[in-house]
Amino acid sequence: MEIFRFFLILSFFFQNKFVSLHSGKIKLKSNMANYKMHLLICGGTGCKAAQADEILTNLRQVVEDKGLENEVQVIHTGCFGFCEKGPIVKVLPDNTFYTQVTPDDAREIVEEHIIKGRKVSRLLYEDPTTKEHISDSKHMGFYLKQHRVALRNCGFIDPENIYEYIAREGYSALGKCLTELDPQKTCDIIKQSGLRGRGGGGFPTGLKWEITKNVPGDQKYVVCNADEGDPGAFMDRSILEGDPHCVIEAMAICAYAIGANKGLVYIRAEYPLAIERLKIAIEQARQYGLLGTDILGTGFNFEMEIRYGAGAFVCGEETALIHSMEGMRGEPTFKPPFPSVSGYLGKPTCVNNVETFANVPTIINHGAEWFRSIGTEKSPGTKVFALAGQINNVGLIEVPMGITLREVIHEIGGGIKNGKKFKAVQTGGPSGGMLTEKHLDTPIDFDNLVAAGSMMGSGGMIVMDEDSCAVSMAKFYLEFTVEESCGKCSPCRIGNKRLHEMLEEISHGKGTMEILDKLRNLSQVIKDTSLCGLGQTSPNPVLSTIENFWDEYVEHVVEKKCRAGQCKDLMQYFIIEEKCVGCTACVRVCPVNAIAGEKKVPHTIKQDLCIKCGACVEKCKFNAIITK
Amino acid sequence: MAKLILSNDKIEKIKAICKSFNNEKGEVINVLHKVQGTLGYLPAEVQEVIAQELNVSLAHVYGIVTFYSFFSMTPKGEHPISICTGTACYVRGAEKVLDEFKRQLSIKVGETTPDGKFSINCLRCVGVCGLAPIVYVGDKAYGKMTPEIVKDVLAEYI
Repeated sequence: MEIFRFFLILSFFFQNKFVSLHSGKIKLKSNMANYKMHLLICGGTGCKAAQADEILTNLRQVVEDKGLENEVQVIHTGCFGFCEKGPIVKVLPDNTFYTQVTPDDAREIVEEHIIKGRKVSRLLYEDPTTKEHISDSKHMGFYLKQHRVALRNCGFIDPENIYEYIAREGYSALGKCLTELDPQKTCDIIKQSGLRGRGGGGFPTGLKWEITKNVPGDQKYVVCNADEGDPGAFMDRSILEGDPHCVIEAMAICAYAIGANKGLVYIRAEYPLAIERLKIAIEQARQYGLLGTDILGTGFNFEMEIRYGAGAFVCGEETALIHSMEGMRGEPTFKPPFPSVSGYLGKPTCVNNVETFANVPTIINHGAEWFRSIGTEKSPGTKVFALAGQINNVGLIEVPMGITLREVIHEIGGGIKNGKKFKAVQTGGPSGGMLTEKHLDTPIDFDNLVAAGSMMGSGGMIVMDEDSCAVSMAKFYLEFTVEESCGKCSPCRIGNKRLHEMLEEISHGKGTMEILDKLRNLSQVIKDTSLCGLGQTSPNPVLSTIENFWDEYVEHVVEKKCRAGQCKDLMQYFIIEEKCVGCTACVRVCPVNAIAGEKKVPHTIKQDLCIKCGACVEKCKFNAIITK
Repeated sequence: MAKLILSNDKIEKIKAICKSFNNEKGEVINVLHKVQGTLGYLPAEVQEVIAQELNVSLAHVYGIVTFYSFFSMTPKGEHPISICTGTACYVRGAEKVLDEFKRQLSIKVGETTPDGKFSINCLRCVGVCGLAPIVYVGDKAYGKMTPEIVKDVLAEYI
């Protein structure tokens, strides 16, 4: 009922705005209902990098050639999530899901499917076990256990068309807040829903809103943290690319709740497409009177601006982010005072992450009870994860909290690539830890992941197989932290550098048991004494690998061996006598004369001279040279 | 490094950008984004002009340029090669691809070839993990890269 009423208000606004809309620079088609069929092409960064633009152009061309442009709509949508099988084209209303489409397939899709009604079976997804073709995505293993709340519109709507958002309950939550709820009640609903910050910390969102609301101040700010710096996480980008209006709506709701009239989105400059779509969405919302002054005739004012990040991981930390927005180096400051009390330009500021905001409109529309019915008691709702690494189904997934890692990796992710063995999964990016086989049945939520020695983080989930070396992975993450440490506090600036040096020594075969002890102690000191979240969590990859892969560390140190074969200095090349025919090809190619041998006599490698360049392996035609 | 002499035209452009942000010192990051977008990079001489226009110290501008990895003080090559070394790409072998680019071009990360054609830099996750490891040459993306095809990719630009 409320939604219906809201539509009445909206339609009134549209009538008034009608003239200006059509004379404006953004042209919208509102005759969606007239189309009989829709071709949705994934327009996320991933699929665009794989020629999605060309596919769109070709499909439009063929549709036009056949004179179907008034019956078949061809649009770009946000990310479908199944990046492994991209580019993806979806046909509505029959929900056919075509995978790995190329621009050359456009004609066949239109001629066969659209005109003759026959599905192009070679482009359908093939179930890896049954080898059957599946045309509807909801029957695919990848989608079966997913529950889309934050990503509800990604892949369904044209993100550049506000009508499509409105058609899917868009801006009705804002309407409801402005006309039926007062700011306190709005805070209460979010509080009751139990929504926790999806950026990593898991702080209760409703409480944050209420604190900011209760701080006296003439000017307050709402900030959306879209500085997704965690390598391997791309959920915030996908939401902004696929459903930018939901973030705008949620920010307006937050502003109403806390008493702010200005919003700022801090977004990475590395995300040009997300920036573009957000700009278009802000402009449209403005034209429709959903941003600006006297929104929906309720007297509520709200304006939005975009600020660009410039590539600094630490700016994901809220105080650092605020300093960066003020035009300074993005260095964190000690809390308290929290941004809720003194934030942007010293004013009370509420900072929330993109995914957190994406949940807000649905909670307002469907109620706190509904939200609590999903997920676990202490972590209600869903979480979006970016599943990547050595896994069959790389992509963006949204699952209810409480699902196990096993379900995510083996059922949704389709298991490990090339039939290899699962070794570990890193959650929480460089701040998280590595979880192993024994954690696979742990239900995922904020508290369980912390108890297991990792953290939720923003939602990166990198899967590693048996060929990944635990020491190298810890070193890789430390390298990242060393580079990204802002340098303000010494435990993080100097401590992480020392940790990295110790890991280097271990992977070069110069480690001792004493170093392992030092590694553990220093990690603890950095954790306890660093100023901000970056330093406090940076030793996690080290501590969790020591905890879970202690034997591998000992192997590196005592036996000077890397079982995964990733630490180059610990690797040795050998010639298999039976396979070597004595052609001397390797002898000639070796740059340091480390291979001895005469014609037709099996050669040998002098280990003390070998620099492990691998030139001999490339040269050998008989696969006679192996590494151990 | 030899001192760079900026043409009047360039100085005017920088001044105009500063002015479009009302010479507001809080806008320095936005100004730097715009100027780098126009000139390609931010050498010390450019920073001097910006500092003067916004009425802040050169140290302040330099501090910001060197803090954020997006800003560069060296010019990129005609075909800038960006290799993603985010975790997903790393796990799928980005390091080997990077080594091969370095070997083929005989330059290190952050350097430009003597003929100014190519430069290499590393990116921290562009979020295209489905195509890992991914390499960008200019705006063109090359997904699922292997060391073996590095040569073919470079050949497209020679």
